[in-house]
Amino acid sequence: MKGEGLRKTFVSLALVAPLALFLAVFFAAPLYTMMAAAVSDPVAARALPRTAEAIRAWDGAAAPSAEVQAAFAGDIRNIEDDQLFGDLVRRLNSAKSGFRTLMSKTRSALRDDPATTDLVAIDSRWADPGFWQAIATAAASTVTDRNLLAAVDYERSPAGDIQAMPEGTSANGTTLVRTFVVSLMVTAVCLAIGLPYAMIAASVEGWPRQLLLAAVLLPLWTSLLVRTAAWFILLQDNGLINSALMALGLTSGPLPLIFNRTGVVIAMSHVLLPFMVLPIFSVLIGIPRNLMPAAASLGAHPLRAFREVLLPLSMRGVVSGSLLVFMSALGYYITPALIGGAQDQMISSVIAYYATGAANWGMAGALGLVLLVATIVLYTVYLRLSAEEQARR
Amino acid sequence: MKILKASLIACSIFMGSAFTVEARDLTVVSWGGNYQDAQKKIYFEPFAQASGKPLLDESWDGGYGVLQAKVKAGTPNWDVVQVESEELALGCADGIFEKLDWAKLGGKEAYLPAAVDDCGIGAIVWSTGIAFDGDKLAEGPKSWADFWDVAKFPGKRGLRKGAKYSLEFALMADGVAPADVYAALGTPEGIDRAFAKLDQLKANIVWWEAGAQPLQLLSSGEVTMTTAYNGRISGINRTEGKHFGFVFPGSIFAIDSWVILKDSPNRDAAMDFIAFASKAENQSKLPEYIAYGLPNLEAAGMVPEKYQAELPTTPANLEGAMSLDANFWTDNSEELTARFNAWLAQ
Repeated sequence: MKGEGLRKTFVSLALVAPLALFLAVFFAAPLYTMMAAAVSDPVAARALPRTAEAIRAWDGAAAPSAEVQAAFAGDIRNIEDDQLFGDLVRRLNSAKSGFRTLMSKTRSALRDDPATTDLVAIDSRWADPGFWQAIATAAASTVTDRNLLAAVDYERSPAGDIQAMPEGTSANGTTLVRTFVVSLMVTAVCLAIGLPYAMIAASVEGWPRQLLLAAVLLPLWTSLLVRTAAWFILLQDNGLINSALMALGLTSGPLPLIFNRTGVVIAMSHVLLPFMVLPIFSVLIGIPRNLMPAAASLGAHPLRAFREVLLPLSMRGVVSGSLLVFMSALGYYITPALIGGAQDQMISSVIAYYATGAANWGMAGALGLVLLVATIVLYTVYLRLSAEEQARR
Repeated sequence: MKILKASLIACSIFMGSAFTVEARDLTVVSWGGNYQDAQKKIYFEPFAQASGKPLLDESWDGGYGVLQAKVKAGTPNWDVVQVESEELALGCADGIFEKLDWAKLGGKEAYLPAAVDDCGIGAIVWSTGIAFDGDKLAEGPKSWADFWDVAKFPGKRGLRKGAKYSLEFALMADGVAPADVYAALGTPEGIDRAFAKLDQLKANIVWWEAGAQPLQLLSSGEVTMTTAYNGRISGINRTEGKHFGFVFPGSIFAIDSWVILKDSPNRDAAMDFIAFASKAENQSKLPEYIAYGLPNLEAAGMVPEKYQAELPTTPANLEGAMSLDANFWTDNSEELTARFNAWLAQ
């Protein structure tokens, strides 16, 4: 009997194995990697072991002593792996611009002359304590909070205190807030259009319903880029919309519809509308159709019947639709990049720059982590509020 | 039990397909668009025919992180990639590219000195500069000062969204000579000066990101003038009969290079392909399709007279033009990009 039980457990485990494997490979592992990349910083300590030891006693005022410089020169000579050297340079250059050219020059000079330890003679930048400060900070520890701080526009001063970055050097905070604002606007627009749309689609039958649903679904089968390009053509100053408005005499000049927030919200709402309509629709068709007439027969005004009967019942669809739209909107970047202006860049384009452009995975991970945490906080607040709402009923 | 078996099989297939690498054909990656169409005709298809083996081509939009991730993942799924000069410098220092066999390429002296590198060989010389619609502007702009002059040339301006190029152009508009631009950008005052100059034009700028966008912006009249890539401008003039002008004085030219990704399984075929694409008789066909300069000195001499006027490498077009400093941007790209984004967000 016991063997039978074990076998059953084994079978059940095997049956969920594909799911577990999928979650592990495509969900848990990337998430872990992202978080680890944001805080881990082992490269300098690994590549510069002797420097890390020697530079600890340095006071930070002027360029460090000859022993530290000799240790550094020795460490650089010992790095055989070009990719490790590349990672080190990327890490240092991210803290202080200029390390790229400085390090390649220094490395080849040190290799050409195995005896020299006079770094300042190789490049005068080695007399600048700023470069040594970056090395000291990088080598001090294998974990770091600098990416997370930089993701919200903070940094550590040379003394180690957390301080805001100088104005005009970083705008991740603004971009993050803007990402949430744009996503909220898109969600609101989708809700304002999607709820009545779903109600109409649910209230008719036969071919009109098919037509209405097809009209929402069709754009989903078109590539995002194509739809964005189509909006570009429609919204521009002498595009279809503006020419029509001017031909009708409604406006004297072209309305500014593109390269601003208006265009971004219009285009993103169009792309994301199906994710609002479909969940609401699926909830609405489950609601018995005689409820509205019943409310009317009890004397409720149609608006009141809507507010007190239909809306509460469709709330589940509204909630899941809004969440779907909001979460998808957070990650958009092609549409804001093509339709938006300078003030409409969203955080994912900054993340994409760090990941694919600068290969600074730490910074990309940190921004991703900040976005994830901010979203979870918002979501929790939202759950709290809706739970209280439920409790009050 | 059947379900159990199916589930286990599904799992192993999934694991198998995720973690094994099959032998694949030589894969060459370039910049897409009408440029890659031309490359297909004069390099990819003839090479596949000559070698008797299929050649796959893909396109990409740049980004050093993409290449680095491919190499760090183990065996890359691309072999030959056309990269910009910064990617070449970074990748060669990081060891993510194979060293080239220059004996197969006919020796370093057969090419423009700037197109020669341990890890890469120049494929084209291309320029970024002012483009305008000759049908709408009888008297076109001549300089960056004109580009900034919205009183003389009313209307919007297109600029590529990014610190690279924008800062150089701003300094030239402010009167810095092309030869002194990078010296100025090397100082904090120079960078402040460039941003201050950009401030003057900020309200009139439409930012673009993909190379095809400026053509669209010009065609629709959304902007009066824009920065653009010279090859695209002469390309659209030929295919669509436009009369777009390109201003070579003050333009910035750069070299794109062929590289082979480290540990490519098709290393030898990749080397043969690069040698094929660098041969004078093959390379000299390119200007017929797209107006990019040729790094192979012999090929440059073989280009018919009628195409010479459009090439960035023609001596008359090099006057007043400047070369992109890849070293400056590998050093400062990250810091200046953050600052540029902060400036945009203001």
